[in-house]
Amino acid sequence: MEGFGISKTNIQSKRVEKLFRIIFLGMTLILILPVLVILGTLIVKGGSVLSLDFFLENPTNGMTAGGIFPALLGTIWLVSVALLISVPIGVAAAIYLNEYAGDNILTRIINLAIINLAGVPSIVHALFGVGAFVMFFKFGTSILAASFTLAIMTMPVVIVATKESLQAVPIAFREACWNMGATRWQTIKKVVLPNSLSGILTGIILEVSRTAGETAPIMFTGAVFFSPFLPEGVFDQTMAMSLHLFVVATQVPGVPENLPYGVALTLIGMVLIMNSVSIAFRFYLRGKKKW
Amino acid sequence: MVNENGIKLKVRNLEISYGDTVALSGVNLDIHEHEIFGIIGPANSGKTSLLKAINRMDQFTKGMHYSGDIHFSGRDVRHLKNIYALRSRIGVVFPLPVGLPMSIYDNVALSPRLRGIKNKKELDEIVERCLTRAALLDEVKDRLHTLGSLLSGGQQQRLTIARALSQEPELLILDEFSIAVDPVTTMRIEDILKDLKKDMTIILVTNLVQQARRLAKRVAFFLNGECVEIGNTEDLFTGKTMDQRTTDYIQGKFG
Repeated sequence: MEGFGISKTNIQSKRVEKLFRIIFLGMTLILILPVLVILGTLIVKGGSVLSLDFFLENPTNGMTAGGIFPALLGTIWLVSVALLISVPIGVAAAIYLNEYAGDNILTRIINLAIINLAGVPSIVHALFGVGAFVMFFKFGTSILAASFTLAIMTMPVVIVATKESLQAVPIAFREACWNMGATRWQTIKKVVLPNSLSGILTGIILEVSRTAGETAPIMFTGAVFFSPFLPEGVFDQTMAMSLHLFVVATQVPGVPENLPYGVALTLIGMVLIMNSVSIAFRFYLRGKKKW
Repeated sequence: MVNENGIKLKVRNLEISYGDTVALSGVNLDIHEHEIFGIIGPANSGKTSLLKAINRMDQFTKGMHYSGDIHFSGRDVRHLKNIYALRSRIGVVFPLPVGLPMSIYDNVALSPRLRGIKNKKELDEIVERCLTRAALLDEVKDRLHTLGSLLSGGQQQRLTIARALSQEPELLILDEFSIAVDPVTTMRIEDILKDLKKDMTIILVTNLVQQARRLAKRVAFFLNGECVEIGNTEDLFTGKTMDQRTTDYIQGKFG
């Protein structure tokens, strides 16, 4: 019987093991470095402007001073209207594709189209939005046109997240229902949706954070550099956080250095908060596994 | 709905295929009211396909086609307008227990609710009756509102039976129900089945030939997509078979 002594090959493979471990760890650290640097810079340089007044006041002095309230409100408008459009359509499409449609050429083409939609550059969506919503549907440059553009751009996120959470519900549950005489819709309503709702909500939250940060799709469709009025309805134009950041950082002379950093910090803060909510939510629900 | 000659299920010249593969062919069966009819045979013999055809689950199974006739209570299941009503009259218990991810109560109340029963008292009665008949009530009566999918395997299988009973089925189909169940629970379920026979017809697909012998009055032996033989259980088990393969299988020479 062989003993447990250490041979030369053992030492060799141990060294290689250690080397690879270090390489992979190094890559991981490199990966999180930009995140830390960005956050750190923003906090150091922009943290000083953050205050309740900053969030709740209008920009003043040709946008070189004051707060960001109209932009913050505008972003909330844009995201909410975009959600109202994309969530019903995206969830319904995902339910159709996963629960009703068979695996045939048509559904494969639809799935491919959805994946491609996710890969279309945002500036292309922007131009599509101008052509389709601003001009063809005559929404004008408005919250509605911008939100439709955002909705179409982020629709794949909703569809993919919904499909994934529907797929996570075991097929045996559906078969048990069908076998007792339930229709497809009854099965979806009683068993599939209640058990995939958490995943769908997580997907929606991720979509929110993505939508909030987009600039290109709203630049030509509904967001403006500066507006003295707050939007009162979906046919108004509005300011938005992402565009406001672009404006104060590059387009307006005489802006104090810490202001753009403050805007950026607020924007990234919104996104991070939404993402954390989504992660916390998922974590909470994973603890309540039902099967 | 009693058929005049007491035949609950009549199968003629049934052939089932998946794409180009024939899974089962030339099946002719008559299953009587209030009998426990056993179906035995090794894996891949087409037993489960037969069950799917009876229940019209071909609709939900990709590539499944069948030809021939299946008459349930004298009605051709292929030309029924409302196949949902057909399925609700046939209770099915699967090999692996499926406790739906809802409370024990809701599991059993699901089928009555689908039928439109909303009255709380009526639902309570149905749930209690079905759980009692499935010999599960005593173990779960204090936690009816906890998740059914988190019960033990044997309990979940009895929950599945309770759920099937809540459909008030005319035909109860059990597909190798004891695969994931301990022997004690298996014996309890067998006792339940003997009792249920007076209210419904039962088809028992099983891989345990002795289970078929204990419960079924008549048994069909399926092999490689063919119904080799149908006979009285005692005849088949005492060697009075028409086909040598049946005897060999029952005696455990293959399978």
